[in-house]
Amino acid sequence: MNFEFSEEQELLREQARGFLTEHCPPTAVRAVLNGDADHDQALWQKIAEMGWTATVIPEEFGGLGLSYLELVVIAEELGRAVAPVPFSSSVYLATEALLACGSTEQKEKWLPLLASGEAIGTFALAEGNGRPSVKSLNTRMGANGLNGRKIPVADGRAADFAVVVGASDSGDGASWYLVELDQAGVSREAVRTLDFTRGHAVLEFKDADAELLGGEGAGWAATDRLLDRAAVLFAWEQVGLADAAMIQARDYAMGRYAFGRAIASYQAIKHKLASMYVKNTLARSNCYYGAWALNTDSAELPLAAATARVGAIQAAVFAAEENVQTHGGMGFTWEFDCQFYYRRAKLLGVNVGSEGYWQDRLITAYEQNNAA
Amino acid sequence: MDFNDTAEEAAFRAEAAAWLKDNVPTQEELAGLDDIAAAKLWQKRKYDAGWACIRWEKKYGGREATAIEQVIWNQEEAKYDTPGGVFVIGQGMAAPTLMTWGKPEHHERFLPKLASGEEIWCQLFSEPAGGSDLAALRTKAERDGDDWVINGQKIWTSGAHYSDYGILVVRTDPNVPKHKGLSYFFLDMKSPGVEIKPIKQLTGGANFNEVYFTDVRIPDSQRLGEVGQGWQVALTTLMNERAAIGGGGAGVNVDVAYRIASEVMIDDKPAIEDSAVRAKLADWYVQESGLRFTGYRSMTAMSRGEIPGPENSIGKLVGAPKTQEMASYCMDLLEMSGAIWDDKLSKEAGLLQLTYMGAPGGRIAGGTDEIMANIIAERVLGMPQEPRMDKGMSFNEVPTGSN
Repeated sequence: MNFEFSEEQELLREQARGFLTEHCPPTAVRAVLNGDADHDQALWQKIAEMGWTATVIPEEFGGLGLSYLELVVIAEELGRAVAPVPFSSSVYLATEALLACGSTEQKEKWLPLLASGEAIGTFALAEGNGRPSVKSLNTRMGANGLNGRKIPVADGRAADFAVVVGASDSGDGASWYLVELDQAGVSREAVRTLDFTRGHAVLEFKDADAELLGGEGAGWAATDRLLDRAAVLFAWEQVGLADAAMIQARDYAMGRYAFGRAIASYQAIKHKLASMYVKNTLARSNCYYGAWALNTDSAELPLAAATARVGAIQAAVFAAEENVQTHGGMGFTWEFDCQFYYRRAKLLGVNVGSEGYWQDRLITAYEQNNAA
Repeated sequence: MDFNDTAEEAAFRAEAAAWLKDNVPTQEELAGLDDIAAAKLWQKRKYDAGWACIRWEKKYGGREATAIEQVIWNQEEAKYDTPGGVFVIGQGMAAPTLMTWGKPEHHERFLPKLASGEEIWCQLFSEPAGGSDLAALRTKAERDGDDWVINGQKIWTSGAHYSDYGILVVRTDPNVPKHKGLSYFFLDMKSPGVEIKPIKQLTGGANFNEVYFTDVRIPDSQRLGEVGQGWQVALTTLMNERAAIGGGGAGVNVDVAYRIASEVMIDDKPAIEDSAVRAKLADWYVQESGLRFTGYRSMTAMSRGEIPGPENSIGKLVGAPKTQEMASYCMDLLEMSGAIWDDKLSKEAGLLQLTYMGAPGGRIAGGTDEIMANIIAERVLGMPQEPRMDKGMSFNEVPTGSN
């Protein structure tokens, strides 16, 4: 047993952190926050040049064929930098969906483009308010193509294709469709979310050209499996964010004086920071478990993923909220960067299922583990 | 990163499991023994077979095992309900302090009997005037030839009444700032002038004590560290204390809570089907799992030669309040019957009520929740201490509640 990253993986972390410090400083995040672009295209291209989008894609499809332990290291650093790029949609979701269910032809067509960053993919599940369920799906394949409406879809305007979850009359009640988004049957419009640094869209399909990805009626089980895998990767971004927010709060408290001393010397502030540290540490340790389960395709993945995800949601949201609080009035201003973490933590906290959704999945997985 | 055993680790696990299978004491063997006798029986059996304090040097009864092998052993032993607990202070706190600060003759004399369970140790640190502010302690030691003469009072001393030896911090110089005037000793608890009075706890039990010292003589050869270096020596003990007390996983845990939630009803359906109940259990699972893997990560760090640091405070800081919350919540699930504390009538034979009543002690002993949070903020995150009114003042000028 060994519960640490290897020296090579630690080296990768240093490189990734250095790269993002240079190419994704707060000013880059702020430029997207203040501008009209859905993401930072220059940064995205540099990330692709670094090969991060190719990390786990096998070499036969133009990837680097590295492990998920390398990918989670990158995820943590992207979370730390609050990077305004479509990495999670394209890498954690679209690439994983293709790797899991794509035909050889589909893989040969899309994986090299995803690896090189020339194509961006996304995953379209939600159809509005409330927890998605197989019964709630109104998107459906008709005689002339796919019809339906998906909202919100992360990176829906930037993406070249989406993996769309549609209703099915067979199997588990759902099918996955691979839909190229630049076509007459698809209209897409920007949807504003609370995180202005990450683009989202509403997608409308009217007799859209679409092809099955995976088996007819196998889409709901595939969605469950995909979300388990993505949950681990999202959790690592959240842990990176939580750590950055904690450090920002600590550093501010050290320099801010009130009543003649640094506010970091007051126990009210110290205990707040200690709570952040505790939540972050537990979340990180659970993320190790998730990373290992993902990397080894362990039967424990559903439990490990839910455990990592629940802890990471709580850690990131708490750190982001209390970081603003520690900054006082300054934290509430547009000028200060506290808002980056506050926005992104909440977005990450709902975008592949909420805390409540993953708490429920955790106990379900616990029950299944005990039954096994 | 690999959560699976290597081939060597798997072989070690198999060896440990096989030995445990054949040697864990049966109910018949333990019948009629009190907790201490039962614990000593099991400890001696482990010692004789080389399974006690397995990380220690072989000459002291260990097997020079790795930190990961310790994890494996703990996992395997935890599969059985074995007697224990009374050796935590001796093996987990006194022994590492002796190893760091003691002389070879101390090691040879005391470590084997700590490992075998033949001798039990207690910790004489806290005082009525020195709790969270431990360095404010007043028990004094004065040099007299080759001895020191001790006068004063300790409090909250767990197991003093059945301990053979104790580790002791005393004031040897009241004319210097408080941290600089302390020295560290160990003593025979049967020494003349040691008087032990049990303190009845709110649980009804009486596991801890007041210990009074009246002209108790301790040979200078039982001093650890230099005169005036006692605070530094005490920190070695306290670091190991936080690691030894750990997560408090005993008693009410997620498995127990799940069992109860499956059996009791909310609106005629098992409570476990209620989403609020599932959310609570999930949060506690996250904490239990997070503490377990945090512990494993620090084991990996230790196996690379790092020493346990202040980050180990997290186990107690999370585990103790969690235990209290879980016991409280599980009693709520029982609704009106939750109040019943009767081994025959209560679910889990009264475990919930026993745990709930004992839980406040866990949040105080070995450093309160608040002190643990301060340690994390100051020593892990590098935040400044609160300003101190006694800073730089000699101890005998420090204001107290009594003047």
